[in-house]
Amino acid sequence: MAVLTRVLGDIDLAEDAVQEAFTTAAERWPADGLPPSPAGWIITTARNRAIDRLRREAARADKQAQAALLHTNDEPLEVGPVRDDRLRLIFTCCHPSLSQAAQVALTLRLIGGLSTPEIARAFLVPEPTMAQRLVRAKGKIRDARIPYRIPPEAELPERLQAVLAVVYLIFNEGHLTRPELCAEAIRLGRLLAELMPDEPEVTGLLALMLLTESRRAARIAPGGGLITLAGQDRTRWDRALIAEGHALVRQCLRRNQPGPYQIQAAINAVHSDAPTAADTDWSQILALYDQLLACSPTPVVALNRAVAVAETDGPRRALDLVDELNLDGYYLFHAIRADLLRRLGRDAEAARAYQAALDRAENTAEREFLTTRLT
Amino acid sequence: MKQYLLSVFHPEDMAPPADVDQLMKDVDAVNEEMRAAGVWVFAGGLYPSSTATVVRLAGQDVLTTDGPFIEGKEHVGGVWIIKAPDLDVALEWARKATRACRIPIEVRPFQEEVED
Repeated sequence: MAVLTRVLGDIDLAEDAVQEAFTTAAERWPADGLPPSPAGWIITTARNRAIDRLRREAARADKQAQAALLHTNDEPLEVGPVRDDRLRLIFTCCHPSLSQAAQVALTLRLIGGLSTPEIARAFLVPEPTMAQRLVRAKGKIRDARIPYRIPPEAELPERLQAVLAVVYLIFNEGHLTRPELCAEAIRLGRLLAELMPDEPEVTGLLALMLLTESRRAARIAPGGGLITLAGQDRTRWDRALIAEGHALVRQCLRRNQPGPYQIQAAINAVHSDAPTAADTDWSQILALYDQLLACSPTPVVALNRAVAVAETDGPRRALDLVDELNLDGYYLFHAIRADLLRRLGRDAEAARAYQAALDRAENTAEREFLTTRLT
Repeated sequence: MKQYLLSVFHPEDMAPPADVDQLMKDVDAVNEEMRAAGVWVFAGGLYPSSTATVVRLAGQDVLTTDGPFIEGKEHVGGVWIIKAPDLDVALEWARKATRACRIPIEVRPFQEEVED
């Protein structure tokens, strides 16, 4: 897809051509056997299909010109430059002139290869809405001429931030209830890490997702409720994912160019290092949160830091910090406040805070968890 | 080469900033830079929307009414038309323009292309 988008200069044309090439492959390969380079075969076949189609539509002069251009533009179609083509397509999908909802949809469609109905289901929107979103985004890429380009060095940090945000949003969307989205986000994370091995935040994001994912089996109770880190059965953590995540965190530490994703991964690594909740090295976690708060000073980070403060300096200190935050709409703000109040023996206030959290919870897993706390 | 419309949006009742002279100088500098780079097609500032007039078809006739077409808190206060190979280049010029005039700019592509 990525190679053809560059060669053809049009995402829709590339999508259709690839689709046709796969159909032809499904007819021929079982009888003729695999070609020596299946990917190369698909690319060449798809390009020829696109040329045929442009010729058929050649009544329009510009299409004729486009077809002629493709013939003269006989660059090698080897799989070599695929790396750059995939990167170009990723950066196009996550261009800042597209809404984040459109960036997410395009990335899942064109990089992840998910179908429109699959994406619609994953984001709980009607299929026509998602189809419309994709059509509109592709229309903007074409009409406003958003370039297929790896951003120049000066813009790369900001543009990469958008790409990572899209992948992490996909991961978080699947976090509690749709594991297939987490799997897709991790697949995208691995692809990015392969394409951009020298970007520490890319490695950091992959590590963060792997370490979070390693606790999936332990996180959800049989009834669908959420189990906090402290209450999880740590024998159910996925050791292979933890080992992979830890190796990546160590890679980041060696490089010593910290960023928000790397620090969050490191925090998760400290948790997964502890054989039991009581063994958790909270002072190290607090130090990492201090670092995280310095590079992304948001109220949500401050809230999470307060949880670590409760362990190192006690719930009284933590509650003071939490009460300074303006996060009334966020269910975890109330849940964490409730927990601190409970630990301070202020049960009536705690019950009110749990109720406030419950009113703001977004899904059943969150509600189940809060309900168990309330009763 | 594509062409892009850069529309400058500002509040209807906006008082001129204290440093309006500097602002005009900054805008002139951007115009100069655009001309030197060969991207400048046209630029101009508009009188307030209270000076606008709308004409529209009503059957066979054309009605003339006091404008603007859309009543709003913000109106287009001026435009640039530039030519650029792609949106990234157009956005780079829009960033320079918005820094100069200090108000938001909307970038929209024209359907028609022009010679380089």
